[in-house]
Amino acid sequence: MISLGHYLALATLIFGLGAAGFLSRRNVLIQLMSIELMLNAVNVVLVAFNRFHPENHAGQLFAFFVIAVAAAEAAVGLSIVISLFRLKKTVESDRADLLKH
Amino acid sequence: MSLAGTLLFYLCATIGVGSAVATVTLRSPLRAAVALLLHIVALAGLYLTLSAHFLAALQLLVYAGAVVVLFVFTIMLIGPDAEVPPNARTFGVRALGVAVVALLTAAAVSTVVRISPQTPTLAGCTAEQGAECGQFGGVGALGRVLYTDSVILFELVSVLLLVAVIGAVAVARGRTTKEAEAAKARRLAREAAEAEEEAAARKLSAEVAAHGGH
Repeated sequence: MISLGHYLALATLIFGLGAAGFLSRRNVLIQLMSIELMLNAVNVVLVAFNRFHPENHAGQLFAFFVIAVAAAEAAVGLSIVISLFRLKKTVESDRADLLKH
Repeated sequence: MSLAGTLLFYLCATIGVGSAVATVTLRSPLRAAVALLLHIVALAGLYLTLSAHFLAALQLLVYAGAVVVLFVFTIMLIGPDAEVPPNARTFGVRALGVAVVALLTAAAVSTVVRISPQTPTLAGCTAEQGAECGQFGGVGALGRVLYTDSVILFELVSVLLLVAVIGAVAVARGRTTKEAEAAKARRLAREAAEAEEEAAARKLSAEVAAHGGH
């Protein structure tokens, strides 16, 4: 039988993968995709808890707003990637160091 | 949960984890984007096992239909430079980051697996729960909550999306041809003025030298 723990373990694993990808990759595009993975993992937790406490729709409502905010974040993040590429001719996050020097 | 639901859970969980690994490990960003697409479809399947039908549809519409397409457009716009060549210099720091995250994730997963037998399992709707149980997670039930209790949040999110779109256009938009030409003309004029000034200064210093010679 599938219990709440199954969903939580799966979501934890996906969140860990996203966090590891964000820390280890230097490609800004793939770092943004890792952020999407982490947001998706949180959504799974919210929806799973809501399914096991179905008195209201609070969890699904939260997941709805997380999806909307993630879409906004992707749009702004990708436009920053484009302007970084215009400036540096690369999408390597190590090269985004204008504020450092 | 029925046998079909259990099978769907394991199928979607396997695909979801596998495609998440592919997303963070593949070198080509386009392939990573396709893996992300697969991950999102698998999670939509998981939402179906949690009877969140409306969210499963939203997941496909917003993530697969908009976010991944935006990623693919950006990768196409950037072209072959979207792939970052390997760099061995920072390998140690990145390996350390992955190790710390792996440790934390392993701890969290093992805790969750340990308490997992005590967590509730899913049961189907029984007859005495009535029709309301079957409505859970549908468009009607979620839409009612969305437009009554949290209507202000809903409107605020639409403002947020509008601001994000305007911000994205403002940040990503480069100079237009006209603006680039104007900037080039300004730069040329400034350089010409500087050259003229320098020539005048040189002439003056030459005159001073000649005068001093007498």
